[in-house]
Amino acid sequence: MGFDVSIRIAGEAGQGIQTIGSLLCRIIRNCGWEFMANQDYMSRVRGGNNSYTLRISDRRVLSLSDHVDILIPLNAESIALHRSALKPRGRIILDKERLASGENHPSFLDVPFEAIALKQGGNARYAGSAALGALTGMLGIDIESVESVVWEFFASMGMAVAEDNGACAQTGYDLGRKEPNFQKIGKVQASASRFLLDGNEAIALGAVYAGCRFYSGYPMTPSTTIMETLAGFSSEMPLIVEQAEDEIAAINMVIGASYAGIRAMTGTSGGGFALMTEGISLAAMLETPVVVVNGQRPAPATGLPTRTEQADLDLVLHAGHGEFARAVYAPGTIEEAFELTIKAFDVADRFQVPAIILSDQYLADMVTPVTLPRNVDLPRSRHTLPRAAQEEERAYKRYRLTETGVSPRAIPSWISGVVYADSDEHTEEGHITEDAVIRAAMVEKRFTKKMDLLAKEVVSPRAVNIENARTILLGFGSTRGVVEDVCQAMKGEKVGCIHFPQVWPFPSAALASLLSQAPGARLFTVENNAGGQLARLIQRETRIVIDGSILKFDGRPFYFEELYDRLFNKKF
Amino acid sequence: MVQSDFKSADPIAWCPGCGDFGILSAVQKALVKLEKQPRDVLLVSGIGQAAKLPHYVNANCFNGLHGRALPAATGAKIANRTLTVIVTTGDGDCYGEGGNHFIHAIRRNPDITVIVHDNQVYGLTKGQASPTTEKGYVTKVQTKGVTLEPFRPLEIGLSLGCGFVARGFASDIDHLADLIVQGVRHTGFSLIDVLQPCVSFNRLNTQAWYKERVYKVDSEANYNPADFISAFGKAREWGDRIPLGVIYRKEKPSYEELSGLSELDPLIEYEANTEEFEKALKKFI
Repeated sequence: MGFDVSIRIAGEAGQGIQTIGSLLCRIIRNCGWEFMANQDYMSRVRGGNNSYTLRISDRRVLSLSDHVDILIPLNAESIALHRSALKPRGRIILDKERLASGENHPSFLDVPFEAIALKQGGNARYAGSAALGALTGMLGIDIESVESVVWEFFASMGMAVAEDNGACAQTGYDLGRKEPNFQKIGKVQASASRFLLDGNEAIALGAVYAGCRFYSGYPMTPSTTIMETLAGFSSEMPLIVEQAEDEIAAINMVIGASYAGIRAMTGTSGGGFALMTEGISLAAMLETPVVVVNGQRPAPATGLPTRTEQADLDLVLHAGHGEFARAVYAPGTIEEAFELTIKAFDVADRFQVPAIILSDQYLADMVTPVTLPRNVDLPRSRHTLPRAAQEEERAYKRYRLTETGVSPRAIPSWISGVVYADSDEHTEEGHITEDAVIRAAMVEKRFTKKMDLLAKEVVSPRAVNIENARTILLGFGSTRGVVEDVCQAMKGEKVGCIHFPQVWPFPSAALASLLSQAPGARLFTVENNAGGQLARLIQRETRIVIDGSILKFDGRPFYFEELYDRLFNKKF
Repeated sequence: MVQSDFKSADPIAWCPGCGDFGILSAVQKALVKLEKQPRDVLLVSGIGQAAKLPHYVNANCFNGLHGRALPAATGAKIANRTLTVIVTTGDGDCYGEGGNHFIHAIRRNPDITVIVHDNQVYGLTKGQASPTTEKGYVTKVQTKGVTLEPFRPLEIGLSLGCGFVARGFASDIDHLADLIVQGVRHTGFSLIDVLQPCVSFNRLNTQAWYKERVYKVDSEANYNPADFISAFGKAREWGDRIPLGVIYRKEKPSYEELSGLSELDPLIEYEANTEEFEKALKKFI
């Protein structure tokens, strides 16, 4: 029997919500089920109200629900804040004496987390393990699956800690297990090994796959964990991670490193990206490959630092003074974040252009179990001249005018001659020039010719249920999952969808071809912004008329029911 | 190698009589003395007249953005630590637009040599005040004279823990070439501020003005560049007497040593490989 259960753990920063959430992810993954998890947190170190939401099912989960079946509040405020999200037959697992001693409600399942933690573990901080136990007991998950994950996690803090937390989980589990009125999900045989990683970790892993040797960045939510993840690898492989004094330094370090011959990357959010725009323009002028991640958050200015938005599309399309070719990717899933990072490095190197990965907080913190394409050989050559050829080269010109617009790239010290790279307009040799003929030729090289090459390499839009669809939803980036889920749910109403994993160069021909399968379909973009930036991009590039946009700009992602409701009831 | 081996074919675009010619000559002489090959040297610059220098040298050249030479040089050194990385920058480029990078590059201490063409004025934009322009100096923008305190590069370098702080004079080419040799041989960030007359826009700090004032610290028998307190005193000395030479020198671990780069092959030597990916993937089991 199929199931679809949503769970939310809520409390203040510092109560271990993320730990409970990530352990739960691990348990569910080990039980063989599908899920999606994400967190909602405030821009503060302690206090406030944070939550971790999971949606678990026997089928692939692509979106989150804002209606939950089980709520676990760890403080009293969380009851008030999240109660309205509880489904009519939903349950609240809570430490009643501590949080709601005066109230009795049929949704309550009383589990005295703190008393259990003190009695079984002698430490009130182990309350989270009791909560995790109660929840997994209620879901009918076998105790061994729970215990092994709890043990594995706490063993690094010592055997006694692991034992005490295990005991807390067991006591909680027994209480949860007794709860009869809830669907027990049990476990199934897990398929091939599935990894647990979030969007930022997927980008970091993609960079490792691609042979990135240097990352420089300035901490800025929600991009910081890319830098932290790579820093975690740096002791095990030739990889340098350097925290720069500002984003300007970060991108210039990366460009310097790339000029000298290694794959290098930087990441930031909109405000830091704004500082990097001068560097994007430099990379284009020097024809030095760079990969830049913009993990979007609501702006302008500081905006909502820990929340999500897709309002930097226009920014990344136009960032940098002057005209030049660039590629912009917009991954929608964990797998796509991984694969498109590898693609970004490849395209940046092959065409010697800036490649931008447009992510956001929702994707950065999204966790799903994934199988990554481990045995597929994705491209990862640096696309420089072969080393032996560099030794033999006698008349190297960094900006040699070629038919394609791409000049052979050499690595300084490997090439027998020298490499002149120049931010001024330059000759083929790389020296400053003001010659009108050379100027025009170099503009064509950097801009028009490379745009033609990039257009041939564009990642195709992904279409679902579009044949003879009456309505087609169009989106980019992190809305992919929720749009696809709603589109599947409304298949009967002939709703299809198209997702753009790459938004620049815009895949105009591919879109026109897809739309020819659904003549007369009404087209709506779904965007986490207020301006309908994708709709305007499509209209600008293709002259296809977009009938409307379903927009959300309160700093929160689209939830399944919400998008379904807005589409069904035409609330846009 | 002789000096002409380090000369490029690019025609020079500086004003006749500019102090930059002396600095260019000193850089080339130093590279000869250091027995470098052009392919193993990287000159990095930002924007300004000083930033054109790498084009006139037969060596690798990264002529980047205004103020951003230091992070670019740091990145290149990280990618290939075998390169001899020399930054040629100006007082506007390094101390103004790139002031933040100047501060943090010294703290980071990569093994690069930074030659600042300090002519105390903006040349390329025709005569506005630079961070090192003297107070009271009148320009088309600073019409009532400069009111800002001048930026003191040597004192700032010292207070940030820079391990090699020197001052040269563009008209004393052999002395400057020797400072560059010492700076390149010093492991870590080497700062060489170079007094450089601007024949077009600086009416105050002229060739004659400097010549009347400069003297060499090693002409003083007891001067000890390892003594921080006396170095700080020398760094502050400005006016009737201006010291030249190695003001301060102290060996300390470089960025390459502290970051672990020194224990690796130069990063350019490593190709992407599946083993590293599988190792990284294990963290997500």
